[in-house]
Order: sequence, then C-alpha cells, then structure tokens
Amino acid sequence: MTSSQSSSIETHKIPMQTENRKNIEQTEHSETRLIQTQFSEVTNGVAISRRDLPHLTFDDFRENALKLVRNNAKVVHFFGYEDDSKESSQNGNGGKIKLLALFRTNRVYRDRRYTLFAATCNAPDAYPSLTSECEPFHLFEREIAEQFGIVPDGHPWLKMVRYHPNSQGKPDAFGNDYSKDNDRNYYYTQDIPGNYPYYSVEGKEIHDVAVGPVHAGVIEPGHFRFNCIGERVLHLEIQLGYQHRGIENLIINAPFKRLPVIVEGIAGDTTVANAVSFAQAVEALTKINISDDAKKIRTIALELERLANHVGDLGALSGDVAFLPPANYCGRMRGDFLNMTLLICGNRFGKGLVRPGGVRFAIDSALCDEIMRRITELEIQVANVIDLLLITTPSVRDRFEDCGTVSRSDAHELGLVGTAGRACGLSYDARRAFPTEYYPNIDIPENAKSRGDVYARAKIRAEEVMQSIAIVKMLLSDSLIEIAPVELSFIETNFYEKDSKDYADFTPLAPDSFVVTINEAWRGELSHCILTDQTGKILRYKIKDPSFHNWSGLAMSLRDTGISDFPLNNKSYNLSYCGFDL
Amino acid sequence: MIESLLLWVIGIITAPFFSAVILKVKAFFGGKKGPPIFINYYTLMKLLQKGSVYSTSTTFIFKLGPVISLGAALTALMFLPIFGHRPIFSFEGDIIFVLYLLGLGRFFTIAAAMDTASPFEGMGAAREAFFPIICEATMFMILILFYKLTGHLSLVNYFEGSHPVYLWDMAGTSMVFIVIALFIVLLTENSRVPVDDPATHLELTMIHEVMVLDHSGPDLAFIELGSFTKLFFYSTMISSLILPFQREGIFSPYSLLLGFLAIIVVYGCVGIMESIVARYKMDKVQKFILTSFALAFFATVITMEFIK
Repeated sequence: MTSSQSSSIETHKIPMQTENRKNIEQTEHSETRLIQTQFSEVTNGVAISRRDLPHLTFDDFRENALKLVRNNAKVVHFFGYEDDSKESSQNGNGGKIKLLALFRTNRVYRDRRYTLFAATCNAPDAYPSLTSECEPFHLFEREIAEQFGIVPDGHPWLKMVRYHPNSQGKPDAFGNDYSKDNDRNYYYTQDIPGNYPYYSVEGKEIHDVAVGPVHAGVIEPGHFRFNCIGERVLHLEIQLGYQHRGIENLIINAPFKRLPVIVEGIAGDTTVANAVSFAQAVEALTKINISDDAKKIRTIALELERLANHVGDLGALSGDVAFLPPANYCGRMRGDFLNMTLLICGNRFGKGLVRPGGVRFAIDSALCDEIMRRITELEIQVANVIDLLLITTPSVRDRFEDCGTVSRSDAHELGLVGTAGRACGLSYDARRAFPTEYYPNIDIPENAKSRGDVYARAKIRAEEVMQSIAIVKMLLSDSLIEIAPVELSFIETNFYEKDSKDYADFTPLAPDSFVVTINEAWRGELSHCILTDQTGKILRYKIKDPSFHNWSGLAMSLRDTGISDFPLNNKSYNLSYCGFDL
Repeated sequence: MIESLLLWVIGIITAPFFSAVILKVKAFFGGKKGPPIFINYYTLMKLLQKGSVYSTSTTFIFKLGPVISLGAALTALMFLPIFGHRPIFSFEGDIIFVLYLLGLGRFFTIAAAMDTASPFEGMGAAREAFFPIICEATMFMILILFYKLTGHLSLVNYFEGSHPVYLWDMAGTSMVFIVIALFIVLLTENSRVPVDDPATHLELTMIHEVMVLDHSGPDLAFIELGSFTKLFFYSTMISSLILPFQREGIFSPYSLLLGFLAIIVVYGCVGIMESIVARYKMDKVQKFILTSFALAFFATVITMEFIK
C-alpha cells in the first residue's frame, strides 16, 4: 500500500503545478498534530481479526471520537451492527448492538500521510449525541437511530433518513407508527415522509417552495424544500430516502454468488467503483492477491467511469445555463467514453467487469490500440469543449463564478469529500491518500481550488478529465500493452462453481474479521466495510457513498443564493440519490 | 382589404415555421441535425387532437388564460403592416392599443398561472410581471422618437410602404440603436435566451414556460400558437426596419421573397444569440433589458437635438 514510484512510470507523470502542491502539503503537515487515542490504526484494504479492534466503553469511545474529530480527523464510518458472538453476550453491558467508528486523519504516522483509526463499543439505548458537539456525525447518528432505534439525545436535527422500521423491534426513534404484518415483519403505516418536521422559517414575505420527489427531468426522486424570501433562498432542506432498497440487508441475506451483481446495482453511475470496493474487501478477507494486469484494468475502468461522468456533468452544467453547443458535444463525448467501457466488457457502465479475484475481461493489444486511438482523438475535442465552456465564453463564467459558494471552513466542518471538497480547498483524494489498485504507481496531482463555487467545481472536473485521459493513455501505452487475460479460473472455481446444492450457505470469507476499503469514486470517497461472524458469513455490510457527506454541501451552497440557481448548483455536485438511499 | 386579410392569415400560418428556424440555427451551432422544420405544426396538430386536463383547484380564469392570450396576439397582428402592406385595422394611437392588448394577454396568462396555486407558477408569474415593465419603458421611449419623426402614433405610419425609409432618412444613426433596442425587447417579451430559456426542463429557472406547465391539449396549443404569433409580430416589426426598401406591388414575388428573407434574418439572429450566449443570472436580466431603454433614450436624445 506504500506509494513507491517505479522508475518506468515517472516519465509519464501527469502535468501539474508542483509549487502549488508543495504549499498545500506543507500546510497540511503543519496542521497535523500527534493525537493520543485509544482508537487503533487499521489499514485500508487489509483484513484484521475483529478482536484486534479496541473495544471501549461508550464514554471512552465518545470522548476519543470527539477528540479525533476536533483534531481534524474525518468520519469515514460510524455505524451500528448486531454482534452475535459469545463474547459479546458475556461482556454484558447491555444488548448485542455495537457501534463501530472509523476515522481518517492526515497526520503523519509510520511514514504514511493518512491513517485510519477504528474502535468499537457497546451501544447504549440512548446516549448524549456526538453531533451536538461535532457536526460530521450528524447523518451517521440519524442512520443509527433509524436502523437500531438508538436515540442520540440532544441531536439538533433528528429526522429519518430512509423511512424504515428499526431492526430491533424497538419503538421508532422518530415517533412514527409501524405495524406488524402477518408475514412480513414491520411496515410503515404512514406515507413517506411520515412524521418529518420540516425546517420552517416564519415571516411576512417568506414562502416555501417544495420541489419533488417527482421531477420534470429524468432524474431520481428526492424532495427539496426551499425557504425563500423573494428569489433568495434562506435555507434548503433536502429530504431523500425514496430509493431505499435495503441493499445492506440484501447483501447479508443473499448467496455469495449474487453479491457482485447486487453491489454493482448500488448506484448505476458508480458501478465500477462499487464493484472494486467490494472486490478489494473480499480479496482481503480471502487473502487473494490479484495480478498487476488486473489492477491496471480496474484502474482504467475507474478512470473511464470518472471520465464519462465528469464529461456528462460538464455538458449538463452548460445546458443548465442555456449554452447549448458544449452541452451537445459533451453529451456525445460522454457516450464515447461509455463506449470504451463497452469495448472492454460489453457493458457501457462496466457491469460484469470487476469480480473478486481480478477482472473478467482482458485488454488485448488490438483492443488496446483501438481504445488508444479513440481516446487520443477525443482528447483534443474534450480540451476544446472545456476551453469553450470555461474559458472563452464570458457569459458562462459570469453564471458559474460566485454562484453557490461554500467556504473552506464550512466544507471542513461538513466533511465534504471528492470534487465537492476539493473545490473548497480540501485536497483529500483517496487515490492519493489510500492508493489501491494501480494508483500507488501513478502520481495523481493535488487538485484543490479555493473558490468553492460552481466554477471551482466545474474547473476541478475539467482538470480531472484531462488527468484521467492522461492516466488511461499512460496505462495503455506503458510497454505492458498486452495486458494478460486474468486468472478467471480461480474466481470461478473458488467462489461460484461450488456444488450447487450448498451455494446458498457457501462463504469463502475469513471468520470473525473486519475490513474496510476506501476508493475514490468519481464523486469522491467511497467506502465499503465488511464484518464477518464466526462462520465467515457477512455480519454487517456497510456502504458509504460520497453523497452521504456531500448532500449537506449542496444545502450549504444554496444559502443566500437565488432559487433560480438551484439547478446549476445541483448539477455542479450531481450527487447520487440511490447511493445515499441504499 | 382582401390582401390585408390574406397577409394576416399567411402571417399566422407561417409563424410556427419561422420559430422552427431558430431551432435549426441552434442545432447547427450545436453540431446537430435538429428537429424537422415543420416540427411546430406537428406539435400543434398533436396538441389540438388531445383533451385538456384541469386541476380541481382551478377556476374559469385558468381556462380563460390561453384563449385571451391567443386572441390578443392575433388581434395585435391585425394592426401591423406585414411586408409593408396596409394592415386590416388602423387608427391614430393604435400602437398604444396594441401594446396594451399584448399586455392584456400577459395579464391573463399570469392570472391563470396564479390560479393553479403552485409555488413554481407563482414565481414564474412574478418574474413575468416584472421584466416586461422595463420593456414598456423602452417601447414608450421608442414611441416618443417615432412620434417626433412622423407626427403620428400609429403602426401604419412607421412600417407601411416607404415609411421605414423615411425614418432612416430622418435619423439613420438613431435607427441603429432603435433596432437593437427592439431586438432586446423581442428577446424579453418572447422569453428567449439570455432572458429566459425556452428549452429548459428546470421549473425553478423558468419564466414563461413555468406558467404554462399546467396547461394541456388544445389550451397548450393556443398558448403555443399565441407565442409564435407574438414572436412573428415583433420580428416583422424589426424586419420592416432592417429592410427599409420601397416595395412595389406587395404580391410581386420579389417583394415577398425579400420580406420573408428579412424575417428569417431576424429569427436567425435570435437563434445565433441563443447559441453563443449563456442565459444571464436572474438578477442581471433587468440590467440587460435596461440596456434597451438606454439605447432608445440616447437615440431619442440625439434625434431631438438634430431635428429641432
């Protein structure tokens, strides 16, 4: 996992502003302090025994978690799980529910710039909310309250997230009414959103504008409520959950064979990143090492996914300000990038490409040349369109600049990740911080802008597009053109071709283990987390889409912005509804 | 008189065709083929064959909106010399009547939008009510100039036959300003980019489109035809000014062709404008419209100085 630079690659470094990068790195170093914590260090993509995770009392857990966050650590995961091991019942201290928190810090620790810290504790029935002291826990605590009925006392914004009864049969933390069915367990007796108190502003000239959950365009459902004074937005409340499919529970109950397919369906536009995160977790739990060639293909697929989405979003941004030429060109070029993924694996979104143990499709020299030819041709076109959109058209700049600004400190406190965070000056990029696959060999530039407005978000994406093209070209031309077919046999025989009778109960995973994987999906930090029980079955599968952090960034962007600029801001983030709703 | 009627009918019938020219120009700039040139006719026919759906919360005002806005646009066209030919009706002061007739159409569109009690439509109505106020200032500044030049307040005296030539003779420089000012008014009154985006699907940014979201079937067809006619009205006005030639018999092929060409040029300019400029921020739109007032104002000041 250490980022050693192989000499053959150094010649292919992506052009970037080196001075700028050094400055940012220095400031980050100076910010970091050594933190004494009872949380223990874990490594991205490496499985450990669950016993190795420190199990703290709740008070210690809370105190240490708050201390970490106050020292610039960011919450990666904070979730509850049901532990059925014997020890936990012997431990006493109340029920079987435990809480697990995982933080990332940018402190220098054993030669690594970014470190993950994790710990668990027994969950009390109610506890003093962490959010009341530190904002980043806000959504995580709401999620825990919804899933397990554990109430965070003093939570300033305690509302439902996805509208389902908790798994413990406890009374609903939000005062909703659930009934027990004959067959099924519990169901919601109210229409969504049920008992959901919207934030309201009062005054003579205040008016509320409610948008959705059904929208005019072909987009996913979500409800947006604007408290406006005239055209000015005072506050935007985003209420999601309409796409909740119960994926985390589905994964626990499904046969292992089906998991890759389920995981690819978490969010259609992030198929590859989700599949990679899952595959890495499974590989860690089965101690499989994959070949460099497979890593390369995964990296290419991840970058192609980034390219298609960024290019598509730049076009949509252009369309939202009624500047049609780039909108049309980008729409076409998005298709061209998707078609490259199609060439590799037969699916435009990369479904079926990534599997635990490797990838299912190789890139031979003919295909390699073809993709190289296409991407070289596209590179010039993309550069021209980006130039037209962001540089040479003043009326577009006028719309983008100073629109929906989020300050660096707000972004820091909300814990924005990915392009949204980088647009506000938070340089965190999982490809640099926790490099996996082939990223340790690639020098990813530090893309950080300080403006925090729509222009910054568009510019970051435009820069990443050019960098991704360079990365794909580099990987394709990197003397190892003939990327060997991947050892499919291993995956097939070990995971799927088991005796069909017992495949429902089959699991290859190491028992009593914990693993977390972090990858930079095109929106930002995507993380999957697996806990296994004594038999190696999945005890808890936790998915965290970057949108989980970033929706609050969109709400912040809209503060004091014209309501007619909402679509533009929304598109500049383009967050996932289904990735959030799971 | 028959000729005037015939031209009026031709105007209404060809208006949807000209609007499609804008789509074609935009498609050209976007590197696309664009919709068929008769798309608007297909749309109108499709809508007329459908039924209308009415919300239970609306009243008769909602049904009145489309009819009155179409009626106002059609009536207004009766007063405008098309291709420099004498219109069906004309009287001294008719231009003020026509401007407020179009205002009446807008009033009922706004009233129908408010009738639905939708927050989107309310917002759209507020915007639609606000921006044309500035246009009105421009129009009256232009009228002051035209009145000064011709001594009349009637469309016939400005746009019929050789009258535009007379205007250019009297105040050529000012007329350049007037044409630009009128073009800005055209963009505003007809909800074109950079004031409004007729192609967007985003309710929160719309001005005109959002007000007609609840209309369907024939009602929507009336609204569409009304806005085609209104755009034709303004374009014809500008085309008479940019082509100030003495025309012979109105139905000579040469004169007709020239007239059509001039109108297509105006529509083409709208298309080019929509292709090279992004839409302005909502709070900058009024500055853009005020530019038209400034131009008309300067044109008037210059002319007054020289003519007296």
